Amino acid sequence: MTQSWLDIGALEDIPRRGARVVKTRHGCVALFRTAADQVFAIDDRCPHKGGPLSEGIVHGNAVTCPLHNWVFSLETGLAQGADSGAVATYPAEVRQGRILLDCARLIAGRAA
Amino acid sequence: MKRRLVVIGAGMASGRALEHLLAADPGGWDVTLFNAEPRGNYNRIMLSPVLSGEKSYAEIVTHDDAWYAAQGITCRFGEAITAIDRAARTVTCANGTVAYDKLLIATGSAPFIIPVPGHKLPGVVSYRDLDDTNAMIEASAKPGGKAVVIGGGLLGLEAAAGLAARGMEVTVIHLMGHLMERQLDPAAGYLLQKDLEKRGLRIHCKGATKAILGTNRVEAVLLEDGTVYAADLVCMAVGIRPETRLANSAALEVGRGITVNDQLCTSDPDILALGECVEHDGQLFGLVAPLYDQAKVVAATLAGTHAAFRPVQTATKLKVTGVDLFSAGDFAEAEGREDIVFRDPARGIYKRLVIEGARLIGAVMYGDTADGAWFFGLIKEAADITAMRDTLIFGPAYQGGAQTDPLAAVAALPPEAEICGCNGICKGTITAAIGAGASSLADIRATTKASASCGTCTGLVEQLLAVTLGDDFKLPTAQPVCRCTDLTHEDVRRLIKSQALKSMPAVMQELGWKTSCGCHVCRPALNYYLLADWPLDYTDDAQSRFVNERNHANIQKDGTYSVVPRMWGGMTNPRELRAIADAADKYAIPAVKVTGGQRIDLLGVKKEHLPHIWADLNAAGLVSGHAYSKGLRTVKTCVGTDFCRFGTQDSTGLGIKLEQRLWGSWTPHKVKLAVSGCPRNCAESTCKDVGIICVDSGFEVGVGGAAGMDLKHTEPLAKVATEAEAIDLTVAFVQLYREHAKYLDRPYKWLAKVGLPWVQQQVMDPAIRAGLIERFDLSQTVYQRDPWADRATPAAQAAFAPLADLTREAAE
Ligand code: SRM
Ligand SMILES: Cc1cc2nc3c(=O)[nH]c(=O)nc-3n(C[C@H](O)[C@H](O)[C@H](O)COP(=O)(O)OP(=O)(O)OC[C@H]3O[C@@H](n4cnc5c(N)ncnc54)[C@H](O)[C@@H]3O)c2cc1C
Ligand code: SF4
Ligand code: FES
Repeated sequence: MTQSWLDIGALEDIPRRGARVVKTRHGCVALFRTAADQVFAIDDRCPHKGGPLSEGIVHGNAVTCPLHNWVFSLETGLAQGADSGAVATYPAEVRQGRILLDCARLIAGRAA
Repeated sequence: MKRRLVVIGAGMASGRALEHLLAADPGGWDVTLFNAEPRGNYNRIMLSPVLSGEKSYAEIVTHDDAWYAAQGITCRFGEAITAIDRAARTVTCANGTVAYDKLLIATGSAPFIIPVPGHKLPGVVSYRDLDDTNAMIEASAKPGGKAVVIGGGLLGLEAAAGLAARGMEVTVIHLMGHLMERQLDPAAGYLLQKDLEKRGLRIHCKGATKAILGTNRVEAVLLEDGTVYAADLVCMAVGIRPETRLANSAALEVGRGITVNDQLCTSDPDILALGECVEHDGQLFGLVAPLYDQAKVVAATLAGTHAAFRPVQTATKLKVTGVDLFSAGDFAEAEGREDIVFRDPARGIYKRLVIEGARLIGAVMYGDTADGAWFFGLIKEAADITAMRDTLIFGPAYQGGAQTDPLAAVAALPPEAEICGCNGICKGTITAAIGAGASSLADIRATTKASASCGTCTGLVEQLLAVTLGDDFKLPTAQPVCRCTDLTHEDVRRLIKSQALKSMPAVMQELGWKTSCGCHVCRPALNYYLLADWPLDYTDDAQSRFVNERNHANIQKDGTYSVVPRMWGGMTNPRELRAIADAADKYAIPAVKVTGGQRIDLLGVKKEHLPHIWADLNAAGLVSGHAYSKGLRTVKTCVGTDFCRFGTQDSTGLGIKLEQRLWGSWTPHKVKLAVSGCPRNCAESTCKDVGIICVDSGFEVGVGGAAGMDLKHTEPLAKVATEAEAIDLTVAFVQLYREHAKYLDRPYKWLAKVGLPWVQQQVMDPAIRAGLIERFDLSQTVYQRDPWADRATPAAQAAFAPLADLTREAAE
């Protein structure tokens, strides 16, 4: 599928080491901003019991789920350490202070 | 036939290009060089040593009159080009028009000026050229002058150091959380700030300039937070912008800079551009190394040979004498990247390498940058570092594999650092005792009293024994906070106090943290320790808090939240109940429950509704009940003398007073209180963190009860005659707990470690008690505020809502 970049908002709208969500037809996507001002987009649903990952503590390029402390890599979406599981990731980047999210898979009528 | 080359701008980039061009083809060009500055090319980089007085202008001139004459260049210095006519191939300045065959634009960049009120007042300068430098030197001649530098990046700090070297009192105002954030990570930024402060500079991070004040010239700078700094000189060094105005008017292709291709040609094939005014492949330039490469390519393109510009990695050094920092490459964290961190708190050294696969891709160093060039070489060559990976951080000289020393933080403490807070014993006293023969914890306790009271400094005393005695002392293994450090919670708490560590980067550097920014285990603990010990200095970090405390509500298993308004001492009234009922209707609350803490829980609230429901409840006078916090929860009461036939004192009234005094305070774990009007104990006081039982003759204050996973009866702290004494005792106990307990230890757990007798001795001593109360009240001046009211603003409401809604976005 071709890419479809959408301007989601300003980098400043997300606190450093924090996250905001974007609502989509397939559920919420969490957009994280790291201490180094990188932006990552992953599904906002923990594969364990559905915890909202956007509310987790961000450390390095990882987030800890607020419900039971599973840790996920923001780049790969893979659970770290002893836990196994994965969340979907989406291409996202920052250009001139704006956040661009590849919405190709997100605005399609059905899950792609 | 010579071709006509016109150059706009005699700066560092064009100077180098001309050298290459004329060396290769001495007779080929008829060059006219325009410069807006009334002088030829000088080494702009060296303006900082000129400002500080280490060099003179004459020493930094790179091309003098003789050179220009020898090359046959027509110099038009002090003449700015005002227009380019691409059709006629001419440029225009105030004195007329000059024709070209080829045109080279090298206009550099212009300092960015924040347009705050007062930015045009005399005394406000930027830092770009010799005139700016001279203006600063002149301003510094006034004895006792004060300067404010806005911008804590490379330029701002060099300006600040230079002005300080000339005797000015300098304040640096920086918008971001740490200095030079584009080149340094927070750890290195912290060390830099500490060094500069040691040299007498005042650094104000997270400072946003609101206005520059003054009537005829600058007098002061006002920040958004209300701080005012007096200023005879204001230097604005907040960034640069490519100077593209000429190119814009000439309708050349311009992005952020003048767009050039690999050959440095603009969208007009007869016009080339180089230096800070250009944009190549989306990238701008602010350091000379890549500009010198551009200069070679420009010369080749003009000479008709093929060359292509490829941006190289750049490394940064700050030209402030005595400050050693280095940063190169990409040190952001990303997929497949790994960090190697080395910290030596004793020597103020921090090194961080970023590795991707088999290659080194970034390095940040502070304090010891001797290996910087070597690392930079590895980055540029993309060398395979697999073989030396384990010892890479120790540099080329050391491949033996030293270990970072877990005792370094203790070794680094100055002799006057306090180790045992209870008895006021500092490091020097303990090392002296060891020198005099003490060789065990028992010896130290016997000779100095250190660690003989509450015992929380035991770990530190043992580490001092280990540092001083070496292998003769076997260190017991204690449980570290997490994998980011070898220290225990108690050690970290005590070191934060004795070393006066007031920020997260300070703790991580001085205590040798093994990661660059901590993890979900240590960050909430550190955030608590710092705000509890330094309420006025430390800024609470929302991103280091667990979700409940960040969002001021309890997260539920489905991601919704519960909202519990405070009901002081369990009392409510029809107006409050009506507001709660209205809110439950308005936000379609699925469940309303009476809690075990004598108040009402609204369960199942959507995150984006939180600030709105809070605003509605606030309007009825209800504030947050902190049912989610490691802080004061509830103060349960019974009806007491007001209604009950057995009541001995006004238990409800005392409960309300206690809750009003203590609410909003953060504690190591949650804290619950209760006041019962008689020993029948209807408020269940005997299983609370602090439980008061009213009796005829006064108040029995018990502490350390619990009714959670452990069931504990309170232990009697003291019996007092008056309500005021009961309140004082409670506040002093809570503050003692706040200052000493390990994060996530309820009071009963902490009590078991330090012992009731020590706690009694502390809170019963009038002087100590007064100090505890004073520190508690000071902290409350900062933290006793309703988080709901703070978030009933449109900005906060927006922050709780989704960033975007794509559900209605059309599919392609
Ligand atoms: C709402 C409430 C139950 C109720 O419906 O009554 C409640 C609900 C929760 N309690 Fe509780 N506790 C509630 C009163 C109590 C009491 C009774 C009391 O306060 O008198 C206790 C025993 C007394 C005590 O604390 O010693 C109690 C002992 C606990 C414990 C065990 C604490 C311990 O040290 O052993 C936890 C777990 C923890 O905090 O780590 C806990 C944790 C929780 C959490 C926060 C679980 C969690 O982490 O999500 C529950 C949140 C539910 C929610 O989403 O709102 N709750 N919890 C009560 C709120 C009182 C209030 O108005 O603020
Ligand atoms: C104080 C200071 C310290 C620095 N330290 C370092 C350092 O340590 N390391 C590093 O790598 N870099 C450093 N730099 C950055 C470095 O100096 C610049 O990257 C470099 O000078 C840019 O070269 P340039 O030729 O593009 O522009 P410049 O050197 O700025 O030259 C541009 C020239 O064009 C002239 N001009 C502009 N418009 C017109 C016009 N319309 N007509 C005629 N002339 C015009 C300007 O007057 C100026 O003289 C520092 C800069 C400053 C100010
Ligand atoms: S008892 Fe357990 S299930 Fe019930 S509210 Fe407390 S923590 Fe939740
Ligand atoms: S739901 Fe995320 S760890 Fe359990």
